[in-house]
Amino acid sequence: MKSYQRKLDIKNGCVDLSHGSGGRAMAQLISGLFHEAFGNEWLARGNDQSAFNVGAGRMVMTTDGYVVSPLFFPGGNIGSLAVHGTVNDIAMAGAKPLYLSASFIIEEGFRFADLKLIAESMGQAAREAGVHIITGDTKVVERGKADGLFISTAGVGVVPDGLDLSAENARVGDRVLISGTLGDHGVAIMSKRQNLAFETEIVSDSASLNDLVAKMVQACGRGIRLMRDPTRGGLAATLNEIAQQSDLGFRLQEEAIPVKPGVAAACELLGLDPLHVANEGKLVAIVAPEVAKTVLAAMRAHPLGHEAADIGEAVADDHHFVQMATSFGGGRIVDWLSGEQLPRIC
Amino acid sequence: MKYADEFRDKEIALGLAKAIRAEAHPERPYRFMEFCGGHTHAISRYGLEDMLPKNVRMIHGPGCPVCVLPAGRIDMAIRLAMRPEIILCVYGDLMRVPGSQGASLLKAKARGADIRMVYSTIDAIRIAEENPGREVVFFAIGFETTTPPTAVMIRMAEKKQLANFSVFCNHVLTPPAMQNILESPDIRNIGRVEIDGFVGPAHVSTIIGTAPYEFFAEEFGKPVVISGFEPLDMMQAILMLVRQVNENRHEVENQYSRAVTRDGNLRAKEEVSDIFELRDQFEWRGLGQVPYSGLKLKRAYAKYDTEVRFDMNELRVDDNPACECGAILRGVKKPVDCKLFGTVCTPETPMGSCMVSSEGACAAHWTYGRFRDHQQRRAS
Repeated sequence: MKSYQRKLDIKNGCVDLSHGSGGRAMAQLISGLFHEAFGNEWLARGNDQSAFNVGAGRMVMTTDGYVVSPLFFPGGNIGSLAVHGTVNDIAMAGAKPLYLSASFIIEEGFRFADLKLIAESMGQAAREAGVHIITGDTKVVERGKADGLFISTAGVGVVPDGLDLSAENARVGDRVLISGTLGDHGVAIMSKRQNLAFETEIVSDSASLNDLVAKMVQACGRGIRLMRDPTRGGLAATLNEIAQQSDLGFRLQEEAIPVKPGVAAACELLGLDPLHVANEGKLVAIVAPEVAKTVLAAMRAHPLGHEAADIGEAVADDHHFVQMATSFGGGRIVDWLSGEQLPRIC
Repeated sequence: MKYADEFRDKEIALGLAKAIRAEAHPERPYRFMEFCGGHTHAISRYGLEDMLPKNVRMIHGPGCPVCVLPAGRIDMAIRLAMRPEIILCVYGDLMRVPGSQGASLLKAKARGADIRMVYSTIDAIRIAEENPGREVVFFAIGFETTTPPTAVMIRMAEKKQLANFSVFCNHVLTPPAMQNILESPDIRNIGRVEIDGFVGPAHVSTIIGTAPYEFFAEEFGKPVVISGFEPLDMMQAILMLVRQVNENRHEVENQYSRAVTRDGNLRAKEEVSDIFELRDQFEWRGLGQVPYSGLKLKRAYAKYDTEVRFDMNELRVDDNPACECGAILRGVKKPVDCKLFGTVCTPETPMGSCMVSSEGACAAHWTYGRFRDHQQRRAS
């Protein structure tokens, strides 16, 4: 006799401890919700791992955790963010992202309806980026032991022949290119914080950058020294890191750095510097001066790079300072963010 | 950005810089103290130093309430917050302020204290309403600008009959601190430092008006120009100070006329004097005990006074003896003259008051301006 199992009540139901215990309830959650959303041949085989063919060349691997609060924000949610973030970490090596894993730590009481929305966003983000989520895990913890949902991911990709982007590659005279406006993600998240809520039209810039990167590599791969996505700590942290790793300094022009008026206004209000605010769909590229124009043109021709700008240059500096000529006419350092600007932004 | 970009215009700034260069006599120094941390931050953030002639020097004053809060008051708050019934509501920039022996509210929170970051006094009232079984304490801090909101908050608590709410009052006053600086031996007797004039506070003056500074202008013969926080405001204020010095005037002038009047905000001043009274003295990190410089709740509001409600004892902690904050706040020394600056004392691990908040003299110099030290060293 075939045993009867009640269907998941997606509309009104919620996750309980049985969904993490390894029994039927867990199997039902995985097949009914995650497989449905991610739908691919690897998951369909139902193994504890997935096998895939490895092509020739060098591969990259990355891992990331997502604890953003709130889980849903203007322009995305923790699911789409997890895919975009992982894809971007792979893409910054100039690589083509291929496969992801996703592990979910869910707090008891989490609504199925929300979980479904999040899983569907992940599935859609993966399809848009041309990657597959081919393995995963689900754990449920007692109420109060996790803030709704945490997601961990890993990802692998393949690097085109002859490309070796790395943070120590920047050289004096290189140009600093940024793919668009700064601070959109951080401000979108802040606008929804319970005790900080303010009205803004700013939405998160969360997006997969692998296609933009492919176009840049196509335009002039060998002239690109390195790329980074300026997430937590913003552009300031990214350039300070590179300055240390490449043993040089940077000189930026504030006037050239694109910031949306709404972001600038929100930062003014909150006493923040847009250069410290997180981005989830932007990249910084350090490129050889002779190819800067070509790479910039390739960026501007792409929908995710139409506001790309050349914002400064790498200079010789034993102190590894990131200096900036302010739009007002003076000079200043762009330092690391000290302390915690805002916890759990990604 | 409307209402902000107009005050950051490069062309007008260059015009003002040119006027300052033309009018400041090259043979004499002009040393102006900006009292407010907001001004210190603006000077560093926009790189104003680069636009002033060498003989016009800005001295960064003690006007950052987070910076001047003594370690003992932080220790008192930590001790209180460790009690299980307490929810301590604080502004975020207080979290990393060092107490004694490396303690901070951030570390106390990690050890289990229920400390919540709030963005306004109203958040604290809401938390008290939501937690009737707990004691909610608001860590009140700031100059005359933030005192009226605390007064309003106490009125709200009264109206809502909140029985679980109180205020740990650390409000301080600007004029007594300015007087303390001008009367310090360094400046008055030894004459080691000359201050030729003050850039007066912006937001503080919207509340107290310009009148309280008239005493300084007269008694100490120092010009005072109340200035807004935007960089153009500051450039204009500096030009006004240069002109007063050149013409041997010492008056209170109001550059920030779009927000400040002579009498200030009468309603706010009334609320504050209804609820608060002067302490005989209050400790400032870097300056020590300053008479009549702090506020406490009047006896009629004792039930909202955390110090009375929980019978708190004043804790005193000596500043690190190597720390030069006191001398820096009075303009006797510069951040680079301190042995701790940039070595053991950085914004990540501040030792002294000036490194605590981004508005402090040392933190502002470290964060925005330290490249100039290396440039100068190279040039010499």
